[in-house]
Amino acid sequence: MRLSRWLARHWVMGVALLVLGYLLLPIAVVAALSVNRPANRLSYDFHEFTLDNWRNPCATSEMCDAVLRSVQIGFIATVVATTLGTLMAFALARHRLRGRSGLNVLIFLPMATPELVLGTSLLTLFVAGGVPLGFWTIVLAHVMFCLSFVVVTVKARLAGMDRRLEEAAMDLYASEWQTFRRITLPLVLPGIVAAALLAFSLSFDDFIITNFNSGTTVTFPMYVWGAAQRGIPPQVNVIGTAMFLIALLLVLTSTLRRGGRRLRNP
Amino acid sequence: MSAFAQLPGVAGQSTSPPAARPGRYRLLPYLLLLPGVAWLFLFFALPLAQLAAASLYDPNGSLSTGYTMTWAFGNYPAALQAYWPQFGRSFRYAGTALVLALLMGYPLAYVIACKAGRWRNLLLVCVVAPMFTSFLVRTLAWKTILSDHGWLVGLLRDVHLLGPDGRLLATPVAVVLGLTYNFLPFLVLPLYASLERLDHRLVEASRDLYASRWQTFRRVTLPLSRPGLIAGTLLFFIPATGDYINAELLGTPNEYMIGNVIDSAFLVRLDYPQGAALSFLLISAILAVVFGYLRRAGEDVR
Repeated sequence: MRLSRWLARHWVMGVALLVLGYLLLPIAVVAALSVNRPANRLSYDFHEFTLDNWRNPCATSEMCDAVLRSVQIGFIATVVATTLGTLMAFALARHRLRGRSGLNVLIFLPMATPELVLGTSLLTLFVAGGVPLGFWTIVLAHVMFCLSFVVVTVKARLAGMDRRLEEAAMDLYASEWQTFRRITLPLVLPGIVAAALLAFSLSFDDFIITNFNSGTTVTFPMYVWGAAQRGIPPQVNVIGTAMFLIALLLVLTSTLRRGGRRLRNP
Repeated sequence: MSAFAQLPGVAGQSTSPPAARPGRYRLLPYLLLLPGVAWLFLFFALPLAQLAAASLYDPNGSLSTGYTMTWAFGNYPAALQAYWPQFGRSFRYAGTALVLALLMGYPLAYVIACKAGRWRNLLLVCVVAPMFTSFLVRTLAWKTILSDHGWLVGLLRDVHLLGPDGRLLATPVAVVLGLTYNFLPFLVLPLYASLERLDHRLVEASRDLYASRWQTFRRVTLPLSRPGLIAGTLLFFIPATGDYINAELLGTPNEYMIGNVIDSAFLVRLDYPQGAALSFLLISAILAVVFGYLRRAGEDVR
């Protein structure tokens, strides 16, 4: 009797934990495979423990070239998308505009269109315009799909900001530029940083759009896709695990720092 | 259209921005917008127009000899006829995955928003964590989990849920599980945002008035979480329908979805008119489903 009541109270919690397990299981597998010496090239099963893959992540040099290229593309796309997107977010959040609803739809639509269609439509444009596919067509495409996410993220931060702080600065005879530099920018910066991180991770991980617009240029996801047919080297799992750990570290440090600041001035 | 306003990006600010400052600042917002809008126009809107044009090219042309525009509307029925099964499969798989994702995602979002207390941030990180690792690498990990001599298949065979030769990999089950897994966070996060804002006094009031737990959920919690439910459903369903990676890596050509066909039309068979026609059919079908859904969901709210 007591058990059934306990179950009635806690089954939702149980289901939620199972679902979390489902979400995290593949990451555990990727981490396990990163310290695995596979029985043969096409095997994806755990065979023997080894640290060789971590000691020697660039055993397959093509893979490291691909990772490097993905980082370069991600970096350029992030800088461009974050700059353009932040400007747009300021305009949308701070000014009365004609055609605001049309603009919002233009910003929203790329996020609602299947990536597949974004990829194929860009491909037809590049082919029709005779643009050679490669590094720069990938960058153009990545900036396009990151832009909307940047605008939404920065705009949310601007919307949640207390305008009275800026008014106070102006009342205290700060010029418009000083107010922007000393008050607005520091307050919006966390939103901009979050948007940049989001843009980089979207760009680094993109496969579908890149697949249509890369020509012969190989990014990390493109490398994994090609290698999946003939057996992926275990070092791919090292990159996967390392990416996970870096992202986790970034999230944890930012949460801890925020927590620490709250302690200092409650 | 009203339900669209609940999606991120479309939702406007609750407070309208101040009036434009006089004089030299009048043009400033338009200058700020110009580069980004130009980028979206050149690399989002213009390509879609080109895709529409390509879908009407003469189907007898080829990439090497060049295509001519013949307004070949026949490309659409031809493409639909040739790939009807893959179309149906895309929507069936994505729909099944969506039902599974709702059954899994709702309890998870609910626990994080309402029961987790100080564990809330940690649990949220766990939900987002899968996205820290490459999409393809994670999908390949499912290949290991579902493989024929993996522990999962062994376990299911031992309890006779699978026959002695039964398998998971290369079946529709694997593809649907992969789709559910890959897009689940997109459903959980908006749902969480919605549930987190829920006023708990309403739930308590319902319980005080002798509603059972189920009645409270059905009549109070569920209707109040509807905005998140709608946004999450769309954010899950749209990419899941257009996905072809799960079908390619976890399935066989018998599980191919429309994305696999479009991919091969553009990159293997080099049949641009057909690929473009299929792409447009895909967005039209998705838009039809989305608007039908939004209309019904909107009516329920009223």
